[in-house]
Amino acid sequence: MSTTAMNPMSFRNRIHPHKFALYASFASIIMMFGALTSAYIVKHAAGDWLEYKMPSIFYVSTAVLILSSIVLHTSYIGFKRKKEAVYKGMLIVAFILGIAFVVLQYQGWQILFASGMDLKANVSASFLYLITGLHAAHILGGVAAITVAIIHAFTLPFIVTEKRRIRFQLVLHYWHFVDILWIYLLAFLLLVK
Amino acid sequence: MSDVLTQKQDELDILIEEQGYDDHFHDHHHGDKYQSNFIGHYIFSMDHKIIARQFLITGIFWAIIGAAMSIVFRLQLGFPEADLTWIKPLLGKWIVVENGIGTLSPEFYYALVTMHGTILVFFVLTAGLSGTFSNLLIPLQIGARDMASPFLNMLSYWFFFLAGCVMFYSLFLSTGPFSGGWTGYPPLSALPQASSGSGTGMTLWLISLTLFVVSVLLGGINYITTVLNLRTKGMSMWRMPLPIWAFFVTAVLGLLSFPVLASGFFMLMFDRGLGTSFFLSEIFIEGQALDRVGGSPILFQHLFWFLGHPEVYIIILPAMGIVSEVLSVHARKPIFGYQAMVLSILAIGFLSFIVWAHHMFMSGVNPFLSNFFVVFTLIIAVPSAVKVFNWITTLYGGNIRFNSAMLFAIGFVSMFISGGLTGIFLGNSAIDIQMHDTYFVVAHFHIVMGIAAFFGMFAGVYHWFPRMFSRFMNETLGRIHFWVTLIGAYAIFWPMHYLGIAGVPRRYYSFDTFDAFKHFGPMNQFITIAAIVVFSVQILFVINFFYSIFKGRKMKVKNPYGANTLEWTTPIEAGHGNWPGKIPSVHRWAYDYGKDGKEFVPQIIPMEEGEQAGDAAH
Repeated sequence: MSTTAMNPMSFRNRIHPHKFALYASFASIIMMFGALTSAYIVKHAAGDWLEYKMPSIFYVSTAVLILSSIVLHTSYIGFKRKKEAVYKGMLIVAFILGIAFVVLQYQGWQILFASGMDLKANVSASFLYLITGLHAAHILGGVAAITVAIIHAFTLPFIVTEKRRIRFQLVLHYWHFVDILWIYLLAFLLLVK
Repeated sequence: MSDVLTQKQDELDILIEEQGYDDHFHDHHHGDKYQSNFIGHYIFSMDHKIIARQFLITGIFWAIIGAAMSIVFRLQLGFPEADLTWIKPLLGKWIVVENGIGTLSPEFYYALVTMHGTILVFFVLTAGLSGTFSNLLIPLQIGARDMASPFLNMLSYWFFFLAGCVMFYSLFLSTGPFSGGWTGYPPLSALPQASSGSGTGMTLWLISLTLFVVSVLLGGINYITTVLNLRTKGMSMWRMPLPIWAFFVTAVLGLLSFPVLASGFFMLMFDRGLGTSFFLSEIFIEGQALDRVGGSPILFQHLFWFLGHPEVYIIILPAMGIVSEVLSVHARKPIFGYQAMVLSILAIGFLSFIVWAHHMFMSGVNPFLSNFFVVFTLIIAVPSAVKVFNWITTLYGGNIRFNSAMLFAIGFVSMFISGGLTGIFLGNSAIDIQMHDTYFVVAHFHIVMGIAAFFGMFAGVYHWFPRMFSRFMNETLGRIHFWVTLIGAYAIFWPMHYLGIAGVPRRYYSFDTFDAFKHFGPMNQFITIAAIVVFSVQILFVINFFYSIFKGRKMKVKNPYGANTLEWTTPIEAGHGNWPGKIPSVHRWAYDYGKDGKEFVPQIIPMEEGEQAGDAAH
């Protein structure tokens, strides 16, 4: 028997199972968007492809999303350091920024639509709406999770427990993930056009 | 000393506090807060053992429907002239009666073929097989109270149930269910006006399978997390029984491949409902050119088969895992080459992602690209052969108990060899020019992933039936079930190889008007008769199954087979939480059979002073 087998604890993964489950679901979201961007590359290479100018409002929305990630992280640090005001205040700001991101994306779609690049104009536009739309749906899922976190923050007594810290981390890591996912998608849409 | 260390780490580890092996479960082992009433216990249950039974019984329901469909279209193929008026009460307007002779309508024939494939592949062999046994065995064999998230696990079943409801409803549409083949290729799937089943039937098919993807993902995330995080003390990865390895890799495959199918489905939904052209280009319907340009139907095939090929391993890997365990237990021998078995499961899992285009050799993909896929496809034969060799070597010199579970496990090996060999033919892109879309393909995949996976499932059901229902199934009926199914399955699919080599195309409604294929009529009749016999003996199995739940011989001892794994250390009627008191710890691998003169040594028995581990590699 090797030494590792003698000490069973060395096999135990220290990560909390719910957090691990979340990371596993990231893998599946990555595969989903990976499939869409691969299909995009294949179709792009096959020709019959209409180029369009990315409306600059998408850069604004990107900034808002990055800011929201920072704000949510500040809220988490506030929670860990038992600063109740920072925790609750920043949580609400993050919620508002999350909604703002979706509104800005919607405006971006309207600008594109007005410029003649509607959903059916060309496969390039269809891909743009599908990819950004599916991403916005994931953002709305995150907003829902933040809403639950807000309800917890304002209804439960303010105690820092391990269980609540893990719960907060689930929301936080998901939010960072969809943030990074958006940066990838935007960079991809700008590079392959 | 290591115990002291372990104790200390326990206190730090919140995992252990919440659901680990020393989890203060002692006082409430008979039922828990979830099982307070009938609905909580049997319907919206979060107990993995109940959820496993739900998956199994739902799977059986779908298997009967799917198989009955195949009987109807086999009647059409075997006896095209026969009068089918007698099934009119069931199929209604799909049986067209002319001059007193009822015939199956061609539209519905295609719908039956499509639904047979969809139901068997997704609802029976994915949900019914991996859903059942992953749920039952993962927590029991690794020593966990339940899944990492019992709630998500429950949702996984109910999403599957919902997917089934939508699909079931689509069977009764006046335009019929989807009829464009289980692969759902555009344009038949992308244009609602393309055929009668392409309208509402296809919409419901898409909704149903999207719900099914959600179910698979929720289940898969849970299985992976449970295997990696909730193993009991001493259960290292290299001591896990082989079914757990198989379910683990299966779940990883599902987690990585089903989202890709979901992407394809989203694009298909856009094409159907919103007028985009991801998969459509230059289409004419009834002489009218559509304004859909710029898309590519091949793109869907890539997305579909990127799921579709791992999917066949999602189906066969759990069967392989189950068979490895059953063979070892009933041969009273350690599984031969445990490590090689694990590595070959991993190798098959990896290779399954880089062979998808062998389903598309004739779709117009670049022949140069095909070479790449031919090579990787043929390499899969290596880990598969390793597994077959190890199964046979496990049997060699064993003290074999020929019970129903063991017979089906041996039958699995036979089927896997027969079906696997024809895979080597089809994996070659040059031979595929002749073989593609013929009955040779039908014979190949039915034997290797249809019948073989069913044999694995039957082996599992017979073997773990006492664990699920605390009773045994009837052995005599089980053996009749096995022999008729084995001989019958070969009788159905062996002749199809000849049909395929002669060029008989699959999916055709009738061969009467083809001079080249007409003379195969008697062979088709023979196949149909064999199919009816095999179908009736499955009904016998279902009767045996439900009869035994209530009236079967009772399980009187915890470990009736003398098996080593942890599921046989639980009480005969185990409640939610599986073990009263502490979870047992594990001291050895799962296959110490016939070691040092002892017939079997369960995993919970500590190693003796100076004892060598049975798994020599460690």
